Amino acid sequence: MSDTIIHEVTQSEYKYGFTTDIETDVIPIGLSEEVVRMISAKKNEPEWMLEFRLKAYRHWLTMKMPEWAHLKIPEIDYQSISYFAAPRKNAPQSLDEVDPELLATFNKLGIPLEEQKALSGIAVDAVMDSVSVKTTFKETLYEMGIIFCSFSEAVEHHPDLVKKYMGTVVPHTDNFFAALNSAVFSDGSFVYIPKGVRCPMELSTYFRINAVNTGQFERTLIVADEDSYVSYLEGCTAPQRDENQLHAAIVEIVAMKNADVKYSTVQNWYPGDKEGKGGIYNFVTKRGICKGENSHISWTQVETGSAITWKYPSCILQGDNSSAEFYSVAVTNHHQQADTGTKMIHLGKNTSSHILSKGISAGVSQNSYRGLVRVGANAENARNFSQCDSLLLGDKCGAHTFPYMEVNNESAIVEHEATTSKISEDQIFYCNQRGISTEDAVGLIVNGYAKEVVDKLPMEFAVEAQKLLQITLEGSVG
Amino acid sequence: MLEIKNLHASINGKEILKGLSLSVKPGEIHAIMGPNGSGKSTLSSVITGNPAFEVTQGSIIFEGKDLQEMAPEKRANEGIFLSFQYPVEIPGVSMVNFMRTAINEQRKYRELPPISATDFLRIMREKKALVEMDNKLTNRSVNEGFSGGEKKRNEIFQMAMLEPKLAILDETDSGLDIDALRIVAHGVNKLKSPENATIVITHYQRLLEYIIPDYVHVLHDGRIVKSGGKELALELEARGYDWIKQEVAV
Repeated sequence: MSDTIIHEVTQSEYKYGFTTDIETDVIPIGLSEEVVRMISAKKNEPEWMLEFRLKAYRHWLTMKMPEWAHLKIPEIDYQSISYFAAPRKNAPQSLDEVDPELLATFNKLGIPLEEQKALSGIAVDAVMDSVSVKTTFKETLYEMGIIFCSFSEAVEHHPDLVKKYMGTVVPHTDNFFAALNSAVFSDGSFVYIPKGVRCPMELSTYFRINAVNTGQFERTLIVADEDSYVSYLEGCTAPQRDENQLHAAIVEIVAMKNADVKYSTVQNWYPGDKEGKGGIYNFVTKRGICKGENSHISWTQVETGSAITWKYPSCILQGDNSSAEFYSVAVTNHHQQADTGTKMIHLGKNTSSHILSKGISAGVSQNSYRGLVRVGANAENARNFSQCDSLLLGDKCGAHTFPYMEVNNESAIVEHEATTSKISEDQIFYCNQRGISTEDAVGLIVNGYAKEVVDKLPMEFAVEAQKLLQITLEGSVG
Repeated sequence: MLEIKNLHASINGKEILKGLSLSVKPGEIHAIMGPNGSGKSTLSSVITGNPAFEVTQGSIIFEGKDLQEMAPEKRANEGIFLSFQYPVEIPGVSMVNFMRTAINEQRKYRELPPISATDFLRIMREKKALVEMDNKLTNRSVNEGFSGGEKKRNEIFQMAMLEPKLAILDETDSGLDIDALRIVAHGVNKLKSPENATIVITHYQRLLEYIIPDYVHVLHDGRIVKSGGKELALELEARGYDWIKQEVAV
């Protein structure tokens, strides 16, 4: 019966799979030093930026794709991808200049770019393919000294800040995909919160891949200066295509003394069809550093999309008394594969970290948690608590937990708990008997299971995330 | 209302019900009694469509509709309610959310719009009072951390919320102390009307002191072997089941 249950619940379709017919400027496929120069030139970048890219590119050439993850990754031909695509009408000054097709696309995705229509309290940076299309509320925020703009604009208008922080948390040598991103990244968001400022609204970037055969390589840099606070949201979708598309992003967060940064993601890249055809390869490096005393960073992620996810939002707890959290729900269905988790690197004294990971696997998918807790020799009284739960729907999927601990200070307390559970037939029947269909019952139970994490999301996102969890698992149980 | 004819049902290939027939009319209370393993709980599972059981022969007709054609949730939305012997816990799903989902599914089935928040809260309050259920319980996850008695009370609370036409109480008295038993029975009696019917499955006569049945049936080896009025329950209490087994054997 569990088989029947598991077949019924996941028949719904990916609803963001449409493409937009928009004039796009795409450079020819392939990767070379020339291409890196071309990207830099297209963006009118200063010399130092080009140098950064070239250094990264040359380093990338010496690297190999990592193979340690519990993933089966088909060989990727890096010469068959185009590394830059941009909607042709570039850098609009006002909304009137934005291509109406583009506006329609984001409206269809439920992302309002017209400020008067925007949900109260959210500023949006919309990135389509390689370019930031529009950032809302920019001026309002700027009056408070908050910089929220596309990465390209930051390079142009705030070069000192970019130069000072870019690559300090994720160096270009960090890993294969980070090196690749550093060489060819196209755009992304930049946030700077000045000393003592509490950002009054949620900042949000919405990433959309549209063009065919292109990779998306965006870069986000968030700097929260002393005593500041910001909550940042990231969402992403892509059209439904038969071929796989590559997404390799970098996110860097710097939190200075007493700063508090909350980063939330709802990742919904196209996961491929039921037979595992198509879908996004999502290889992302996200890391934050709690640089100053008492600083705080939290990562919350709801991962429902992508054919393959390789992603470990991490924190370096450098400042004394700093703290960090990682809250994650990762859902895999059909042929999806996810290897995701976090790294908590304790360097300062009295630092604490909390990891809460909830994996949900259905279909023939593979879902792995991989986490590292490292306590440095000088990290007196470091504290970590990790909880990794797996929920299985059906018996053809896999859930795996790979916790690593390296403790070099005896005063540290590091705890790890893990559970694996299945949705029981009794639970389903109990719901059925109350008039709730099996599909809705699974949604209810899964959302209940994920609640602790979803509750950490800002409200607008939490609602979306709940719906997404249900849609992702539709047809997985039955 | 409910017509069961020559019902045969099995689990994992083992036949449990072996030709059971039962007729229930609106307004009636039927008690099903019998020793362990006689098939009492199987009967409730089969009526409500638990997929673990397979019906091999016979028919179950509810208000003229063949139940075997219906998924369990459809049967529920047609107005059949089961108070489970062992209610399951559903972590993370609040009672409020669960109950609202259930009510709205029922309303959708009956082509009614979703219930308004005010109406829902008002009804919750009323029905909680009926079974003297603590507010704290409805704020918790479904059955999570509930005591045995609280779980049973929660079943009757849900029954009160859903107002079924046919309620099946499966060993609702087991694990209840005398006060809880009285409260649960009071709840059941309050919900009684000329339009709805109740099947009470129980081991002991005790519950039937509070919920007075119109008919008592004795189930033995998958069949109803004796039926009578409420005095049959008393006789069973006094004499046990052995004499019935002997009667059947003869």
